[in-house]
Amino acid sequence: MIDLTTLTIAIARKKLDAKEFSAVDLASIYLGEIKKKNKELNVYLEIYDDVLEQAKIADEKIARGESTPLLGIPLAIKDVILIQGRKVSAASKILENYLASYNATVIDKLAKQGAVFLGRTNTDEFAMGGSTENSAYGVTKNPHDPGRVAGGSSGGSVAAVTANLALGALGSDTGGSVRLPASFCGIVGVKPTYGRVSRHGLIAMGSSLDCIGPIAKTVTDAEIIFNAVKGHDILDSTSIVDTTYSKVTIKKVIGVPWDLINGEGVDSKVQENFTQSVKKLEILGFKVKDISFKNLDIALAIYYIIMPAEASTNLSRFDGMRYGLHKDGKNLLEDYLKTRGIGFGKEVRRRILLGTYALSAGYYDAYYGKAQMIRNMLKKEFALAFKNVDLIITPTVPSVAWKIGEKSNPLSAYLADIFTITANIVGVPAISLPSGNVLIEGKKLPLGIQFMAPHGREDFLFEIGKKFEAL
Amino acid sequence: MNIKDVENLALLTKIELSLEEKESLLSDMKGILDYVKQIESVKVGDVKAEYKLYNVWREDNVETREFSKELITKQFPDAQDGFLKVKKIL
Repeated sequence: MIDLTTLTIAIARKKLDAKEFSAVDLASIYLGEIKKKNKELNVYLEIYDDVLEQAKIADEKIARGESTPLLGIPLAIKDVILIQGRKVSAASKILENYLASYNATVIDKLAKQGAVFLGRTNTDEFAMGGSTENSAYGVTKNPHDPGRVAGGSSGGSVAAVTANLALGALGSDTGGSVRLPASFCGIVGVKPTYGRVSRHGLIAMGSSLDCIGPIAKTVTDAEIIFNAVKGHDILDSTSIVDTTYSKVTIKKVIGVPWDLINGEGVDSKVQENFTQSVKKLEILGFKVKDISFKNLDIALAIYYIIMPAEASTNLSRFDGMRYGLHKDGKNLLEDYLKTRGIGFGKEVRRRILLGTYALSAGYYDAYYGKAQMIRNMLKKEFALAFKNVDLIITPTVPSVAWKIGEKSNPLSAYLADIFTITANIVGVPAISLPSGNVLIEGKKLPLGIQFMAPHGREDFLFEIGKKFEAL
Repeated sequence: MNIKDVENLALLTKIELSLEEKESLLSDMKGILDYVKQIESVKVGDVKAEYKLYNVWREDNVETREFSKELITKQFPDAQDGFLKVKKIL
């Protein structure tokens, strides 16, 4: 019998290669678990019907002596990443029955390694949200407390790995959508450097912010997935090469923006847990330094201008003409109005309208233009800070997972992104690691710590992550 | 921002909204805009938008790309003879 609770990708690799169990055995166990738990947790929107066939092909390769890190490893894929011939809906009604016409580059890379795709996972509609409550297909529940959200937008992918319904997963992160649910569920989530992982075949939200990121139980597993999917891609003009960013020297100094962390809106339990984590890092031999940024607290405000502006542009392609839902009206204009009126959910409409407003004549300079200038100032501040520190740390989220339905006001949900959005605004890589639990109403709820590194230095994150995890 | 602005935005974005939805969106957007307005107080001085520009274009050589015309055309809500079919524009 395979114990899924202690199984990692690294361990499974050894056991598959040693023929202790087969990829078909492994996939079957996951399918069994999914059957038991998916109804309650609402993690998968679709379980693929060829999982065992995929596993069988992996077993044939293993039998031939082939071994790649992800060969035969069962993975969950967020429902915004295209797999040719399979449904991909962005958890929206407007793409309910859409079949992807090509593979995302990350899928090609995973498939080349022989990974097994279990299914597509729930998300906020078009990845817009921090809780999956905006999915057109119901909320994903937190495996630690089904009365609470799993976080979002990659809530399905994260809950799948947490509840042992997948060994690893891919999510996407525009403002914290991999890291926030990872914090809420107590696992590892990575947002790579902007451009490090190709976005060809990712349904776009905010093009200057979007990243595809790995989700796993351990830092080593996250690194394995990252190494499998990273790399320059001719099909993504924003993708970078390994030499895009120059090397930096290690100083063994960590920066903490205490004024932001001690600010209002951050749960005292989160602050307490974070302080303990900082002490642990000092034990590891790191010097911890207080740093402050002039424009850090404003990052959230510029994010909620830039992201909707870009999203409103990206989502104009959903017009009921070329793919997805089509609602018939009397003329072409009515076709558009009806299709988009019925197809888009509330949060998506909110962001499209908001973004269109921010980009409209007369407001462009005051909103989008100004936001871009502040973004540049923040980028410079970060570049300066990274001259003196290797890493910048914060809690991942200012609170534990909230109760389903608790945040009915959109702005209150947006404020949960306060620590995560900066990495997207600036483009640096970041990781969320589990940092402990708090007992609330009889349930052990996880907390997370976030590490940000200079551009291109995911290796810093994995190195410190492994040390922190081992404590 | 008032209800007329929301109506105008709904038309610009081609999204049909009921009166109730317009009112609810107006109140949400007022709240969000009030929050993001704090950027007004940031002094940017003579900071210019700075972009690291580099050439992303490749040479104009023929390269093969794998794609399935069938899979693409099958997703059209309406098609005729392999072409996308839409209502007349003029």
